[in-house]
Amino acid sequence: MAEAAAHRSHPTPAMYWGIALFLGVVTAIEIAVPSISALDPIKVPLLWMLAAVKFFTVVGFFMHLRYEKRLYKTLFLFGVFGVFPLFIVVLLSMDAL
Amino acid sequence: MSSQAAPVETHDHHDIRPIRKAAMWVFLGSECMFFGSMIATFLLYRNETGDGPGSEIFNIPFTSASSFVLLMSSLTMVLAHNAFEKRDARTTRIWLGATALLGTIFLAGQIFEFAEFVHEGLTLSTSSFGSAFYMLTGFHGAHVAIGVMMLMAMFYLSLDGRLYDDRGLNVELVGLYWHFVDIVWIVIFTVVYLLQV
Repeated sequence: MAEAAAHRSHPTPAMYWGIALFLGVVTAIEIAVPSISALDPIKVPLLWMLAAVKFFTVVGFFMHLRYEKRLYKTLFLFGVFGVFPLFIVVLLSMDAL
Repeated sequence: MSSQAAPVETHDHHDIRPIRKAAMWVFLGSECMFFGSMIATFLLYRNETGDGPGSEIFNIPFTSASSFVLLMSSLTMVLAHNAFEKRDARTTRIWLGATALLGTIFLAGQIFEFAEFVHEGLTLSTSSFGSAFYMLTGFHGAHVAIGVMMLMAMFYLSLDGRLYDDRGLNVELVGLYWHFVDIVWIVIFTVVYLLQV
């Protein structure tokens, strides 16, 4: 399955432009969110969600991770998700939890 | 003699390319933890402004424009990589140059922003907030500067016809690094700027 993913065809230049347009629209929404008072109760999770959408779009399509071998995915995602226990360690070491 | 050396180089090339790519992914994974610890530190100290200014001095429209520039540099980078895969050296060179230019514009914006903040009274030693802010955004800026240098090296190699000499850095590895500085900024822009206003 990993080999099949590795051989899946990459996006075309037109698709890259489309993905960039999508990222630009998400960025515009991000910038607008803090100025819309009606969204204040959900501002924090909404901004985190939009950042995550952009993050994984770039990782998946521009860095081609969704087309890569499982080994590469594991190596990188270990670092990405390793950040969360690291957050807890930092917060604990500074008595912030 | 030289005719015997060439096939050995080609054989090495095929052997070490996946290893170098895996090493780059390991490096980028470790960099996630590096920036993750700095972001955690910033979150801890974001309200420790002392007598100095805090996030009210941020110029969100300006930083938004910088963020957009860096985001679009990921597009030009992936187009450079696409052209590289098609062995189109001229198009690769154009997109590499565009990426380096966009990265330089981002850096110039960051230098301008830092100068404005210092003028407003926020320095590295003003407060814990200032220290955490400059350490996080400064280290990211240093990564962008290194990326611009690597892009310019690739641009130079393309002029010299050595873009496909695959024994050192190549466009794919530089591209992975460049996209990484972009995704780190996606998180920094949200955590440091948008969540503070």
